[in-house]
Amino acid sequence: MQFLADFLPAGVAMHAPALIVVIPLITAAVAALMPNGRVAWIVALVTAAAVALLSLNLLGQVAVEGVISYHMGGWAPPLGIEYRVDMLNVALLLLVGFVGLLCVFYALPSVADEIAENKQALFYSAFLVCFTGLLGVTITGDAFNVFVFLEISSISTYVLIAMGAGKDRRALTASYNYLILGTIGATFFVIGVGFLYMATGTLNMADMAEILAENGHNRVSQAAFAFIVVGLGLKAAMFPLHVWLPNAYAFAPNFVTAFLASTATKVAFYALIRFLFSVFHPDVSFVEMSFVWLFAVVGTVAMVVASLQAVFQTDARRLLAYSSVAQVGYMMLGLGMGTASGLSAGLLHLMNHALMKGALFMALGAFALNFGVRRIKDLAGMGKTMPASAMAFTIAGLSLVGVPLTVGFTSKWYLVTAALERGWWWAVAALMLSSLLALAYVARLLSAIWMDSPPTHHGELTQRRLAPWMVLVPMSILALANIYFFFHADPLVWLARSAAEAVMGGS
Amino acid sequence: MSPHLILQVVAKLLIPLIVVFGFYVQFHGEYGPGGGFQAGVIIAVAVILYALIFGIDAARRTVPPVVVRFGAALGVLIFAGVGVATLFMNGAGEPLNYLDYDALHPDQGHHTGQHYGIILIEIGVLTTVASVMLAIFYAFAGRVPDIPDEEW
Repeated sequence: MQFLADFLPAGVAMHAPALIVVIPLITAAVAALMPNGRVAWIVALVTAAAVALLSLNLLGQVAVEGVISYHMGGWAPPLGIEYRVDMLNVALLLLVGFVGLLCVFYALPSVADEIAENKQALFYSAFLVCFTGLLGVTITGDAFNVFVFLEISSISTYVLIAMGAGKDRRALTASYNYLILGTIGATFFVIGVGFLYMATGTLNMADMAEILAENGHNRVSQAAFAFIVVGLGLKAAMFPLHVWLPNAYAFAPNFVTAFLASTATKVAFYALIRFLFSVFHPDVSFVEMSFVWLFAVVGTVAMVVASLQAVFQTDARRLLAYSSVAQVGYMMLGLGMGTASGLSAGLLHLMNHALMKGALFMALGAFALNFGVRRIKDLAGMGKTMPASAMAFTIAGLSLVGVPLTVGFTSKWYLVTAALERGWWWAVAALMLSSLLALAYVARLLSAIWMDSPPTHHGELTQRRLAPWMVLVPMSILALANIYFFFHADPLVWLARSAAEAVMGGS
Repeated sequence: MSPHLILQVVAKLLIPLIVVFGFYVQFHGEYGPGGGFQAGVIIAVAVILYALIFGIDAARRTVPPVVVRFGAALGVLIFAGVGVATLFMNGAGEPLNYLDYDALHPDQGHHTGQHYGIILIEIGVLTTVASVMLAIFYAFAGRVPDIPDEEW
C-alpha cells in the first residue's frame, strides 16, 4: 500500500482528489476541439489512464493515512466544498477508473463503426464529461455537489444514448424516456437535499450527519430521506423505478452500454449508500425500517421479477439490461441486511457485476461489430464464427449465473452467508430462485451461441471472423478477471469489507 | 427596398447596446447581481436578434459554427485552467488548493487575487454560455424538416 501512496510525485499526490475530476473535465473540452475521432480517442485514452493511476494513488493514500479531505479553493468545510475520500468511495473510484480505461480502449473500433465520423470527437467529449460527472459524484463530500455532478453525468448520458440513433432510431425515444425519468429523479434528489439543508443549515455531508445526530430527526428530515431514496433509486435503476434502463441499454452505442452498465448505476447506488449510512445513521428507526421493509423486500422482488422478465426477451442487450436490474436487486438485498457483512457482500457484488456486465456487453458489441447482430436468435453459431468473443461471453455469462470458479459465485456466497447470519432463509431461497432464472436466460444465449449452426450465406456457412484486437484485449481482461478474482478473492473482498466498515464505523 | 427596413435599422441600433449591456453585467457581477452566465446569455441574444432580423445565413457568416464550438470548449478551459494555474503558482511559498484564487496575486490584504480569480473564471463562463446558447439556436434554426413543406 505504501508503494501505491508514493508512486506519484508529492505535488500531484497532494492534489490527486481535485485532479481526478479536473483532468477529465479539461480533456473533455480538449477532445471537443480535436479534428477527428481518432485523435479525440487518444485524448480520452490518456485521460482514462491518468484517472486510473490517480485512483490507485488515492487507494494507497487512504489505506496508509486514512480519510483524505481536500478543500476546494482553500475554503474550509462546512462552508466550502470538500472532496472527501474514504475506503468506500476509493473503491468506486478504482472501479470507474479501471473499467473506464478498459472501455475506452475498446471504444475505437466500436465507435468508428457506429458513430458518424464528424461526430466522433464530440462523442468522446460527451463521454469524458460523463466520466467527470461519475467521478465527481463519487469523490465529493458536499450534498449539493453530488446533485451537480449527478446531472453532469446524466445529461451527457442522454446524449451518449441518443448517439445510438445512427444504427437504430429507437435510441432517440429511449434517450428521451431516460431524460424525463432521470430529470424527475434528479428533481426528487435535489428536493431532498433542500429539505436536509432546511433541517440542518449545511450542505456538507459530514456536517449534516453531526447536526442530525445532535438534533434528532423530524418530519423535514424524514421527508428528505424519502425524496433522496426515490431520486437516487431512479438513477440506480432500483426496481420498480428501472423502466428507463432496458431501452437505454438496448439502443445506446455498444461502448456506451458497456461503460454505463458497469459504472453509472453503481455510482448512483454508491450515493444511496453514502446518504443512508453516512448522512442518515442506520440506527435511526425510520432508516432501519427502510432497510428491512423497503430495500430488502424491493431487492428480493427485483431479483425474481426482473430475472423472469429477462428470460422472455428477444433482444440480447435488453435481456442483459433486465438482468442488470436483477443484479441491482442483489446489491439492495445486501444493503437491506443493514449489517457490515451484508453491505460488504452487496459492494462485492457491485464490483463483480461490473466485471461480468462489462465483458458481456463488450462481447455483444464485438458480435454487433462483425455481423451487426442484436437479437438472440441471430447469435446462432457465434461459437464457430467468433470463438474468442464467444468464450469471453461464456465465462462472463457463467459468472452472472454464479457458477463456481467465477466471481459471481464468490459474491453470491458472501450474500448467502450474510443472509444466514441474519436468519433470512427467505432471502436465500430468493437468491437460489433468481440464480436459476439467471441460468435460464444465460442458457438461452449460450445455446444460441454454441449449439446452433452459423447462418448460411448464398449456400455457404458464414466464415470465421476475428474481432479487432482492440476489442479482444479489454474483453479478455474483464473475462479473465472473472476467473482470477475467484482464486484471488482477497483484494476485492478486502476492498468491499473495508468500504463497508468505513461507513458502518468499524462494526 | 427590403420590407424589413425599419426592423433592420432598429436592430442595428440595438445590437451594440445589447452587447455593451452584456459586458456591463459581466464586469459588474463581482459586486452586484449579474455574472458570466447572465452576460453570456445577453451576448448570445444579440447574435440571435441579428439572425432573426437578417437571416440565419448572415448570422452564420458573422459568428461561424466553428467559432461557437471552439468557444464552448475554450470557456471550460479558461475556468479549469485558472484552477490549474493556482496549483502551480503557490501563493506566499505554501502550496494552495485547486481554484484558490489567493495564489493569483501576492496582495493578500486586499484580496486582489480573489478579484482576479472571479473575473477570470467569469470570462470562462461567459464564453461557454454564449457559445452554447448560439450552438443550441443554430441547431434548431438550421434544422431542415424531414419532409419539405411543399410535399405535405
